This record gives sequence, structure tokens and C-alpha cells, in this order.
Amino acid sequence: MATQRIVTTTINGTEKSLLCEPRQTLLEVLRDNLNMTGTKEGCSNGNCGACTVLLNGDPVTSCLVLAVECEGAEIETIEGVATKDGLTPIQNAFLENAALQCGICTPGIIMSTKALLKQNPNPTEEEIRFYLAGNLCRCTGYDKIVDAVQDAAQRQCGAGCSSDA
Amino acid sequence: MRDFEYEAPESLEGAIQLLSASEAKPLAGGTDLIDHLRTGRVVADVVVDIKKIPELNVLEIDETGLRLGAAVSCMKICQHDGIREHYPSLTDACTIIGGIQIQSRASVGGNLCNSGAAADSTPALIALGGVCVIAGQDGTREVPVEEFCTGPSQNILKQGELLTEIRFPLPQGKSSSHYRRFIPRFEMDIAVVGVGASVSLDGAGEKITTARVALGAVAAKPFLAEKVDEFLVGQAPTEETFTQAGAIARELISPIDDHRGTAEFRTHVTGVLVRRVLTEAARRAAEK
Ligand SMILES: Cc1cc2nc3c(=O)[nH]c(=O)nc-3n(C[C@H](O)[C@H](O)[C@H](O)COP(=O)(O)OP(=O)(O)OC[C@H]3O[C@@H](n4cnc5c(N)ncnc54)[C@H](O)[C@@H]3O)c2cc1C
Ligand code: FES
Ligand code: FES
Repeated sequence: MATQRIVTTTINGTEKSLLCEPRQTLLEVLRDNLNMTGTKEGCSNGNCGACTVLLNGDPVTSCLVLAVECEGAEIETIEGVATKDGLTPIQNAFLENAALQCGICTPGIIMSTKALLKQNPNPTEEEIRFYLAGNLCRCTGYDKIVDAVQDAAQRQCGAGCSSDA
Repeated sequence: MRDFEYEAPESLEGAIQLLSASEAKPLAGGTDLIDHLRTGRVVADVVVDIKKIPELNVLEIDETGLRLGAAVSCMKICQHDGIREHYPSLTDACTIIGGIQIQSRASVGGNLCNSGAAADSTPALIALGGVCVIAGQDGTREVPVEEFCTGPSQNILKQGELLTEIRFPLPQGKSSSHYRRFIPRFEMDIAVVGVGASVSLDGAGEKITTARVALGAVAAKPFLAEKVDEFLVGQAPTEETFTQAGAIARELISPIDDHRGTAEFRTHVTGVLVRRVLTEAARRAAEK
């Protein structure tokens, strides 16, 4: 067996050293080694987006990242989204707009939404659909997800951006 | 996944040394390689992460042109204003490779080295006159992008060689480019036909002085449609010219039938896309 490696990363703001094999994906290490099962596995080949996490701020499918590649990286997962004061506006917007049914796609979609709104605080419907094209949802038909993202944008930037801006 | 070792050299020499061992494979964004390793389509004893090598991360435009490091991600390319300005077909291709998660990781070098017949960036690279810089134990060599792929998933790289960068001349005067593909879905699909084109017009914008049209997904590898290029020189940039260019392109392809489209459909789409892509490239060129 290949030598196990110690990889030091920052996960959700906390520095962690973890032991893994070179062949393990970030998704496997999060779920199986660290018991962080909020990140979901759908296809394991990059197509569904259920495993989306932020790697140095950018959304990536963690099934297509080797954990050993993450030395020195900052990783953010769904477990790091809520604060000690409770759910964030994005999470509340998903709940209140019924933007999930079975919920397996939701952690990935929330991570992509977080990255989208950081880069583009008030996206159009088309921009939302384009950005979220790498996150598949088998249940909702997407319309409620788009509504939730638009609602989250309003909640986050409040009076700062009007709906027709 | 089958067991392998992982190395992340910080120098080109170090990488070439490691890659000279048989069953060593370079890893850029991993969006092809990691899946291929998992499914067993590719077997590796050592995976050599090439993202820490400075030469593979260059992204520079000056009066001689663009140097694009092989490991630069599509996301970085999409965010680069100079590329959008001078090499827009590259931006066009990189905004449609996969979804945003794939673009954060996938490199143009990986797209080219994976050598899929439908790789989206390759026709854009060919249209832009890209030249591959390849490093190996015996030094470096340069090869035009259209000579890089040799068939489906096959290219000219030898064991131990690494694509380090792709160089492009700086488009002069009234010149621009475009890439577009046809897919059955809106996003996240494999091209049924992909067309990249660059066009230069004379000072008055009335005649085409040079053109390069490259076709993807309609033959065993992406290729330069030289007959189309020859036809276009000296013509006026009109719809009629571009329709004729499409008709010539249809004769040059050898498409397959699959669940995304029949050969007949691919032939039809080739004609339409060549016309549309040339029209857009010429429109952009006229604005320069
Ligand atoms: C969900 C999904 C959607 C996708 N959509 C598209 C799409 O729309 N269009 C498209 O064209 N592709 C698409 N792809 C395929 C893939 O993302 C691209 O081919 C990508 O550009 C590969 O780049 P990479 O950096 O990830 O390469 P890697 O996976 O790291 O490498 C690819 C291959 O090239 C070799 N290699 C990489 N860099 C070098 C180098 N510098 N020198 C020598 N060899 C090298 C590797 O060993 C490997 O064999 C998609 C993939 C997924 C998973
Ligand atoms: S599990 Fe990673 S994209 Fe589907
Ligand atoms: S809520 Fe079930 S897949 Fe999206």
C-alpha cells in the first residue's frame, strides 16, 4: 500500500491534520475519515454536484479532488455554513421557499449558491441557472431553487440591490 | 480506486524525472484523470501533480502574444480581461467546459492532453494558431496544436514528456475569434459539433485577409479545415460567403452516429455552426 500522508488543511476555519492515502478523494476523507457526512455522494464522477465544497473559495466537486492535493488549502463544507447564531440567509431562503424535497442535492447547491452570491450578489435568473448547471436536483424541478437563490440575494444585500437592478 | 503514490514537484526538471518512470501520470485539474483512475481506464503507480510548477502556471500577454501555462484553470482564463479582449474564442470555450465546479479545476492543457475528439477548447486553440511547448528529458520541442492529437484519446506525447504551455501570436488589426458548440442540453454536455474560428479583415472591413476554422467532434480528432480557410481569403465577410464556407466544411468531416446525434445530423449542424461562428468572429473583428 502507498504510504499514508499527513495533510494539513483548514476546514471550516479550523486547522486539521488528517491521515489519508493518496488515492482517497477529498469526498471520501470528509465523509469516511472525518465523519463529516453533510457533503453528499451522488455520482462520484463530477456530474451531479452533490459533493460540492469550496476549495480556497472556489466551488469544486470533492469527488474529483484528491485529499493529498489539499495540503495548505482552505476547505469549506456545509457544516461550516450556519453560525452559532443559527442558519444563514441562504439556508433560511431554501427552507422558506421549499427549495428542497429529499435534500441530497441541497448541501452542494448551498455551497455553489454561497460562491455565486459572493461573486455576483444580485444574479439574474439566467445567471443563477447557468452557475448552478453543475448541481443536479432530481426532485424540485429547479424553479424553487432559483426562487430561493433570488430570495437569498435579497436577504443578503437588503436595500443594497433592488430586484430589477 | 487502485493504489498509487502521489508527488507534487515544484520544478519542471523534477516533474520530468518523475514522469519518466513508466505508469507515472501527470495530474492537472484531475477532472478527467481522477475518474479514469477510479474506473481503471487509466492505470498509474505514481500520480504527479503538476500544479505547483511555475512554468505551467504562466498567463502573460505582451506584444509577442499569449503564453498560457498548461495547468491554468478555465476559471482563471474566463476571468482574464486580456484573453477576453484578444482571444475571445478561448473565453467562449472555457465558460462552457463542464459547470462552475469543473471550471475551477479543469485546465486547457488537460483538455488537450486528454485528447477527446469533442474537447471544447481544442478547436479554439487551433483557430488561434496555438503552438504547444513540450518539455522532456531531451529538452523542449514545439508543435502546432493541430498536430498534437493523433486520434481519440491519443496524442504525440511520449512517456516522460509534459505539455508546459501553449503560445499564441497576438492578433493584429481587425481580427477576432469565436467558439461555439451544439449540444442537446443547455449546459453540461459533450459537443455534437464544435467550431472555432478566427478571422482577420482588411482595414476597411470589406475583405477577409486570413481565416482559421477548426472543427471538433466530427472526426477522430479536432482538425484545421484548411480548405475552408483557403476559400475565405479574399472574400467579403457576408452571409453568402459564410454559408458557402459551411458547405465546404460539411465535405471535410467524417462524423459518427451516436445517441447525441446521427452522422447526417452532425453534417447538417456543421454547416450551420460554421456559418454562425464565422459571422460572429467577423462581427467581432469588424469592431476592432
Ligand atoms: C462533469 C464534467 C463535465 C465536463 N464537461 C466538459 C465539456 O463541456 N467540454 C470538455 O471539453 N470537457 C469536459 N469535461 C472533461 C474535462 O473536464 C476536460 O477535459 C478538462 O479540461 C481536463 O483538464 P484537467 O486539468 O482536469 O485534466 P486532468 O484530468 O488533470 O488530465 C487529463 C489528462 O491529460 C494528462 N495531462 C494533463 N495535463 C498534462 C500536461 N501538462 N502534460 C501532459 N499530460 C497532461 C493527464 O495525465 C490526463 O491523462 C468534463 C468533465 C466532467 C467531469
Ligand atoms: S458525487 Fe461528486 S459530482 Fe456527483
Ligand atoms: S431535493 Fe432531491 S435531489 Fe434535489
